[in-house]
Amino acid sequence: MTFLHQVLVVAVKDLRAEMRTKEAINASFAFALVVLLLFSFAFDPDSESSKEIAGGLLWIVFAFAGTLVLNRSFARELPNDCLDALVAAPIPGSALYLGKAIANYLLVMAMELVSLPVFSIFNNVTRPVTAQLWPIIGVLALGTWGLTVIGTIFSALTVNIRLREVMLPMLTYPIMVPALMSAMRLTTDLVAGKPFGPDDFTWLKMLVGFDVIYTAASVALVETVLVG
Amino acid sequence: MTAVSIEGVWKFYGDYPALRNIQLTAESGACLALIGRNGAGKTTLLRTIAGFSRPGKGSIKILGTEPRQTETRSKLGFIGHGISVYDELSALENLTLFAKLYNLPDPQKSALEWLERTGLERVRNGLVREFSRGMRQRLAVARAFLHEPSVLLLDEPFTALDDRAIAVLQRLLREALAAGKTIVMSTHQLREALELASHVALLNRGQVAFHGPCTPEMVADPGYVYARYGETS
Amino acid sequence: MRDKIVITMGVIALAILVWNINTIAQLPEETNQGVVFKIIFFHVPMAITAMIASFVALITSVLFLITRNFKFDAIAVASTEVGLAFLAGNLITGSIWGRQIWGIWWTWDARLTSALVCWLLYAGYLMLRHAIEEPTQRATFAAVFSIFAFIDVPIVIFSIKWWRTQHPQPVFWAGGSFPPDWTTHFLWNMLAMALVGAVMVMVRLTQEESQRELDSLRRMAHAM
Repeated sequence: MTFLHQVLVVAVKDLRAEMRTKEAINASFAFALVVLLLFSFAFDPDSESSKEIAGGLLWIVFAFAGTLVLNRSFARELPNDCLDALVAAPIPGSALYLGKAIANYLLVMAMELVSLPVFSIFNNVTRPVTAQLWPIIGVLALGTWGLTVIGTIFSALTVNIRLREVMLPMLTYPIMVPALMSAMRLTTDLVAGKPFGPDDFTWLKMLVGFDVIYTAASVALVETVLVG
Repeated sequence: MTAVSIEGVWKFYGDYPALRNIQLTAESGACLALIGRNGAGKTTLLRTIAGFSRPGKGSIKILGTEPRQTETRSKLGFIGHGISVYDELSALENLTLFAKLYNLPDPQKSALEWLERTGLERVRNGLVREFSRGMRQRLAVARAFLHEPSVLLLDEPFTALDDRAIAVLQRLLREALAAGKTIVMSTHQLREALELASHVALLNRGQVAFHGPCTPEMVADPGYVYARYGETS
Repeated sequence: MRDKIVITMGVIALAILVWNINTIAQLPEETNQGVVFKIIFFHVPMAITAMIASFVALITSVLFLITRNFKFDAIAVASTEVGLAFLAGNLITGSIWGRQIWGIWWTWDARLTSALVCWLLYAGYLMLRHAIEEPTQRATFAAVFSIFAFIDVPIVIFSIKWWRTQHPQPVFWAGGSFPPDWTTHFLWNMLAMALVGAVMVMVRLTQEESQRELDSLRRMAHAM
């Protein structure tokens, strides 16, 4: 079986299991909506200054709600000791990791694509968002991959340790700072309706670079994390 | 041909040696019963052989190759303390998943075949979380045997099985041994294990206190090995 | 033997520091910023020592993963802790400086922000270690995280610098000139800081090794 096929088998397994229980995805959706609501109380959505921070707010929502999905990623393998069976199977650790990362990615993107219209409505930015919809989704896609890649490897790292739910965000967010910064910057500019300038290209390169570097690092180190 | 060869293996937790200079072999077709008190290192040893963790010193060879190599893993079957199947998936989905991961030519067919052999074909579409304990254990056995492994590593497989599951497992193990497969099995259920075992190894505080063929005295009085080679206290 | 080396290094470091501080105090005050500019003699060496510490942590983490020798794990944790201490010193001196010059305790200038993010990163390393009881797993996972953290350091520094050029804020180092004859004192202080750092690492190393021995003795006692 080819590597790609192995990755897909793992991804499909995770997605199927998640769709049966919907634990992570429901929690993630609900959390995102609640936080968006709270933000609209904290910041007056009609003022001009809040349009400046809208992009940043969106990514805070995504980072926090995304962590709920990412935490489940390897944690779902703990009951019944399923992780043992996956590690024992003749698939490379990187296939297991990438399969889970892809499944997580799809779940987190789903949460984001639902949150985006809600965010646009709450913050009265429906017009600019619709005008720049595809670039915004592009930024979502790139930024979410960074979040997923880091979150999935750290989910493997923290699966067996104390205070897992606290450790995962604590470890992930500082590492994510450059990617979150780039994504926030790009999203804010797009939502504000600014055309894509040379500055934005630098942020885009930063985001892509981050994604590539950390995907490579995670794939290289996943076997050490799984087997020791 | 030596199926499992453990040479000079030490396993450390920090500086503490959980396994000390383990020297054991199991020939093809042998059934090695690992006995010992709780905390002696049976589970640690089995998991190290299976490749879940690396030994600090020494080497392990399964059918001549390292445990973590891909081809070795296809020939290894493991049953640990957990059943290692997913509660949210059905019995058939679980077995098909593992059949695919183990590169079986017709995953669905193999899955169905093993559901029959473990008496679970009627509940094949049932979710595992709805199964009784005995059914879950039979599914775990099906998962381990699915890819026809040459070497089976079982950690206390008879513990907490109901009689139907015990009967299924014993039958499957006997068939495997008759087909020349190798079994290394840790156990507390001395009688069921010693009936199948060709060899016995006693682990005491991370060391091999005894290793030899299984004799009729041992089967007749399972406490014999402990009394003779283990600790009296 | 090792104790003698540590004590000697400590004494030398202290001597250099005391002598240097005396000299620095006597240097003329900087034109625009006055006495407080001299904090640069501590602020920057602390940052450099912290960077060296994080690099040492990376190398020893990689070496641990390759050799599985716990000596490397001990150096990695000691180095990270000492680096964190120095980085905290960097943040505090930066904050004091800002309070004196700009009247604010904190601003999101590029360097302070990067330092803060790196501090959080390595604090995460220590939190991870605290959360894992079993020593081999702790050392392995900490080493993996240390590698991830170190990869992030240059990315963080660059991205925050880029962010701040888009959003200029009070930049702490603007408007201060560094006379060339001050460079010698700066380098002496740098040496002293590095020595202090090395002493702290070695002391911590001894403590870590004792801890490991205690841990394994405890396990052995439980196994009886």
